[in-house]
Amino acid sequence: MGLSSRHLVGLQEISKDDIMTILESAKSFREVLDRPIKRLPTLQGKTVVNLFYEASTRTRISFELAEKRLSADIVNFTSTSSSVKKGETLIDTVKNIEAMKIDMVVVRHSSPGAPHLLTRALKSHIINAGDGGHEHPTQALLDMFTIQQKFGSIQGKTVALVGDISHSRVAMSNIYGLTKLGARVIVCGPSTLIPREIERLGVEVYHNIDEIIPQVDVLNILRLQLERQREALFPSLREYHNYFGITRERLENATKPILIMHPGPMNRGIEISSDVADSEHSVILEQVTNGVAVRMSVLFLLAGGRSEVN
Amino acid sequence: MLLFECRSYFYWQEVEVKLTKNVIFTRKGYQPLPENYLLKNATIMDPLQKIEKVLDLHIKKGKISEIGEIDQKKFSGDVLDCEGKIVSPGWLDMHVHLREPGYEGKETIASGSLAAANGGFTGVCCMPNTSPSIDSQEIIQYIKDRSKGFLVDVYPVAAITKKREGKELSEILELVEQGAVAISDDGSPVMSAELMRRALEYSKMVDVPVIGHEEDNSMTEGGDINEGLVSTSLGLHGMPSVAEEIMISRDIMLAEYTDARFHVAHISTARSVELVRQGKAKGIKVTAEVTPHHFTLTDEAVHGYDTNTKMSPPLRTEKDIKAILAGLKDGTIDVIATDHAPHSFEEKEAEYIYAPFGIIGLETAVGLSISRLVNKKILTLKQFIEKVAVFPYHILNLSPPLIKKGTIANLTIFDPVQKWTVDPAKFLSKSSNTPFKNWELIGKPFAVINHNQIFPSVL
Repeated sequence: MGLSSRHLVGLQEISKDDIMTILESAKSFREVLDRPIKRLPTLQGKTVVNLFYEASTRTRISFELAEKRLSADIVNFTSTSSSVKKGETLIDTVKNIEAMKIDMVVVRHSSPGAPHLLTRALKSHIINAGDGGHEHPTQALLDMFTIQQKFGSIQGKTVALVGDISHSRVAMSNIYGLTKLGARVIVCGPSTLIPREIERLGVEVYHNIDEIIPQVDVLNILRLQLERQREALFPSLREYHNYFGITRERLENATKPILIMHPGPMNRGIEISSDVADSEHSVILEQVTNGVAVRMSVLFLLAGGRSEVN
Repeated sequence: MLLFECRSYFYWQEVEVKLTKNVIFTRKGYQPLPENYLLKNATIMDPLQKIEKVLDLHIKKGKISEIGEIDQKKFSGDVLDCEGKIVSPGWLDMHVHLREPGYEGKETIASGSLAAANGGFTGVCCMPNTSPSIDSQEIIQYIKDRSKGFLVDVYPVAAITKKREGKELSEILELVEQGAVAISDDGSPVMSAELMRRALEYSKMVDVPVIGHEEDNSMTEGGDINEGLVSTSLGLHGMPSVAEEIMISRDIMLAEYTDARFHVAHISTARSVELVRQGKAKGIKVTAEVTPHHFTLTDEAVHGYDTNTKMSPPLRTEKDIKAILAGLKDGTIDVIATDHAPHSFEEKEAEYIYAPFGIIGLETAVGLSISRLVNKKILTLKQFIEKVAVFPYHILNLSPPLIKKGTIANLTIFDPVQKWTVDPAKFLSKSSNTPFKNWELIGKPFAVINHNQIFPSVL
């Protein structure tokens, strides 16, 4: 099966079937990653531009590796200043790059909706690698892939997203994806870091970690942006850790083994303690490996590839 | 989802619209009115004089010389057939950004007033967010000079504070003497309650209203759209409705305390409407205006990230629109004003968070008002005319135009049932940042007459 969508701008906008197709074909790419020779000829002759308007290490490397494993030609463009300040508009920049004949654009940008703008301006396939506080679809797909790998299915599982939900594109994409696949989704964090009316997206809101631990199959612990303290969204790291940090002690109330996930980079000792991050229940590094497979799957399918399964 | 319209062919083309024998509109703009001009079979609606009747109107040398049944055969001069058209006193849009001086790439006094005429307005108030801002008599004089001889009257609104910085009062007495009709730091709220109090007290001496852009910017800074489900799901920064309501409550209290006149610009939330209603019931001198986009669109329109849905105050929710409609109906909201805010194509064709706030409105106001208000039985046509041709003048302490023998013909002629499709290519504004492109509207401007000139709408 191929994808019905030409782009991947977010999980809110693509269908459940497309999500299933991506996760399904990611399985075979995951196997490839364990082979001694990890390169496939799939995207030979295709050109992918990685357009990063915001700093990124792991997502950029993960995309780049996924592209290389598929034998695509790669161009990297990194700019930390906004296009407005540089004097050239985003549209002009990308149209110039597209004029050099490319096939796909992977874009990260601090403005929500920047990938949508590109889909309107370009003919290339657009993959969102994170747009402001909106979505980070490949991160959520790799989280879902990891959950599926461990539990076989997402349907009926309870997944809690813990921490700063307000500013988290990872949380948003997970909410859209997980609810589409039939998971029960909990968001838990300080009330100042939970955006308004989020319950209308079909999630349950909690402010007490100890209440949710006995209920969940997965804890996906989000990175706390330290600058939120200055914005008066929480009073101190100390209090945050004491009330919302995931520690081994807290996990003792679990009624079943809980999968521990984190999209990285971690603030050890703040949102997650080291003994949890490095515990046998933690799949944090497997998430990173799966990320390459999931991104290979997305690149492959958007380029017109079809999943053999189904 | 559409991208934005570049200035299109129409703008550069020579256009000819033949209205009557001697009135042919070209790109040159306003045309002199023939010495004798007859509006035949016009439905004259003048709310102040309680006229609502099909009559003929003879305009001689720019002045109304006869109203009644006039025999066309005995009339020598141009005849404009107004069958099915409504002739009302000329409309005033009391909230317009003409951008000059300073931002002539977006709009000029000339292009903005042509857009006003094209949309059915014979008068506009230009807000002081210019560069330099309207805080000195030289700028007022400049605006007067640049709009001299226009069909459209341009009334400057001066800044409350020097450079609109919210620090020191402008020289309000002198600015008003020069021709400012109100004071406002539009675009920037006056965050200091003390300064707002003094502005209200001081402006009372010359009886001009203080127009408030109401938001507590400690809550809205960095915000893009209304805070709620849509901002949450699109990852945009929210501007809570309570930020507007806090400021309106404060300023209504200050208006009561100082017994001065306070006008709420572009009201946008349900609670704000309620606050104004309560203030009026207590006898406080508070008035309010609403824009067509705030009674038409909700924040749902932001899905897809069209930057023509980004404005300040932001688009709100269905609940807010319901309250605004109720406020229009019961008179809590006095005026319809557009907050016409032109921005260039390249500024709006940007990432959502970098795009400037605002949309243009002069040329879609009547279509939206009739489609959304009159045809949905929120307002009668007479009440609509009051909100564009009577109350704006009252609030600004100007005498409203009347359809009366001996007065200067200051008229808006419009067709209340004509269907049309919004085509930004036909706008005369220099900008085309509108979310209403390709909308089917009912109610179209036909022509405006003022200062012995005529301008047929080319929409």
